[in-house]
Amino acid sequence: MGLLSKKDAKLITDPLADNNPITIQVLGICSALAITAELKASIVMAISVTFVLGLGNVVISLLRNIIPSKIRIIVQLTVVAALVIIVDQVLKAFAYELSKTLSVFVGLIITNCIIMGRFEAFALGNGPWKSFLDGIGNSLGYGIILIIVGFFRELLGSGTLLGFKVLGDPIEKTGIYAIGYENNGFMLLSPMALIVVGIIIWVQRTKNKALVEDH
Amino acid sequence: MGLKKKLHILKRKYRGSKMAPAFNALHTFLFLPDETTHGGTHIKAADDLKRTMNTVIMAMIPCLIFGMFNAGYQHNLAIGEIQAVTSGFFSSEFWTLNNFFIGFWKILPLVIVSYGVGLGIEFLFAIIKKHEVEEGYLVTGMLVPLIVPVDIPLWMLAVAVAFGVVIGKEVFGGTGMNILNPALTIRAFLFFAYPTWMSGDKVWVEGAVARDNAIAAGQNLDAISGETILGSLAQGKEFAYSTADMFLGFIPGSVGETSTLLILLGGLFLIFSKIGSWRIMLSSVVGALVMGLIFNQVVDAGVITESSKFYGLMSTPFWHHLLIGGFAFGTVFMATDPVTASQTNKGKWVYGFLVGFISILIRVFNPAYPEGVMLAILLMNVFAPTIDHYVVQGNVKKRMKRLKAKVA
Repeated sequence: MGLLSKKDAKLITDPLADNNPITIQVLGICSALAITAELKASIVMAISVTFVLGLGNVVISLLRNIIPSKIRIIVQLTVVAALVIIVDQVLKAFAYELSKTLSVFVGLIITNCIIMGRFEAFALGNGPWKSFLDGIGNSLGYGIILIIVGFFRELLGSGTLLGFKVLGDPIEKTGIYAIGYENNGFMLLSPMALIVVGIIIWVQRTKNKALVEDH
Repeated sequence: MGLKKKLHILKRKYRGSKMAPAFNALHTFLFLPDETTHGGTHIKAADDLKRTMNTVIMAMIPCLIFGMFNAGYQHNLAIGEIQAVTSGFFSSEFWTLNNFFIGFWKILPLVIVSYGVGLGIEFLFAIIKKHEVEEGYLVTGMLVPLIVPVDIPLWMLAVAVAFGVVIGKEVFGGTGMNILNPALTIRAFLFFAYPTWMSGDKVWVEGAVARDNAIAAGQNLDAISGETILGSLAQGKEFAYSTADMFLGFIPGSVGETSTLLILLGGLFLIFSKIGSWRIMLSSVVGALVMGLIFNQVVDAGVITESSKFYGLMSTPFWHHLLIGGFAFGTVFMATDPVTASQTNKGKWVYGFLVGFISILIRVFNPAYPEGVMLAILLMNVFAPTIDHYVVQGNVKKRMKRLKAKVA
């Protein structure tokens, strides 16, 4: 690749699959369970986290040599909080309905383990460009899982995708509802998100045996 | 050439190949295995996993047959073809061929779907994972049709069975490794996924939903319905069933759980054949009675008045809780599942008591989930290993103390 060296490209591609923050490191599960009942919310959440983690990693990386290590957690929190407030305000201004759906979970990006994890594990020890790529890579890895889960939960739970009735109308009984299909209400409940994430983990580790942990 | 011989030849032909477990399973299911073990010490015993499973199925057969009669009876009663039973268990209104065949044609597909999908997945996993097919699904496959409403669409049942067998059992390593009772996992999935097909006053009577659709389409018919007793009580409505009806089972409900009498006989059969644990059954009944008594006392003390939404279920005589809903069936056939229940004797007492206690608690306090026994058993399944852990630790401590006393 011309734009990125091989090492840099790895920073983005690794977290997408073999070092995925959700399925391999099992971080950021709470938000993956809470907001994935709709595909739209999943996508917005993924974009928000990409923004926060990408910029946050750069800021922390720039400050890494002047942050006293004793108070680094507080500094990190301040940076995340500032970025999250920006996201929250933008959502409220331009997508009010959506921000209501996401409710507290935008604010809770602050406590998303992936973000603090990347600050601690990567940004504090690497330059801003690398940290930026790492942040983007990890949030894309997070976003991919969110979107896969959101896709299946919305499709099977409500019969819609991004709000469009792809399977027909459940009340008017058109599409496949005409032959007796019904939406699976369990898909809209959080436990099912955990099961879907579990199935993704299962499929991924069956394909790549190297990922299976030893007992 | 007989089937047995053909299977022998097939088995030999496919030995060591991918499909071997499938042929082995079919062979041992139909005939006695022709292999003998070599070397080592054995105990010769007549009971193996298959014998155990078959005993449980035999205990459930009366419930299944009764369920078929009852499905037809509830249907005919609802459309006004016949009168309600009057003369006890052997009433002529109930044991008619007409009743039986309506139920038979409705319930046979449930059984076929349950076994077809479940065993299909078991065979598939055995082939992929290269182990022998396990017999664990035999009982689950019979339990499932007995604990669903008679009008459940078959495809929903198929989806639920696939979910229950894969997520409830196979991901943990198959028969004997599951944390949750697979049959109840299947029912819980149905309950949360398709609540309109698992509760309300339509699904318990064969044909009620179809009749509603026909009326909606403009036909001039009377709507039929049949609410379970628990459902009526939760909504504070009256119901027209006598205590004898509840005990004998002439009430709407899931296919096989209505007749407490036949469940009791099945339970005794399991206890005498030493398959089911009498400790769990007894303590579960005690737990339910204790909780029921507490509620009755609360009502007697005047804390809960008729205006409360809990009044209907709380004021029900405490021993009625054993007769209505799936409590009896769950206690006898599902709480006693040897894989998911507590293993230690002391643990069984605690486990059973809590199953009964929590069943009635959920039943009364959450009118949205009138069937508490399903959730109570699933919850206690999760806690069973913890209970066993403390029982074993307690025993270790006791013996350590005794040892110290001896040394000193």
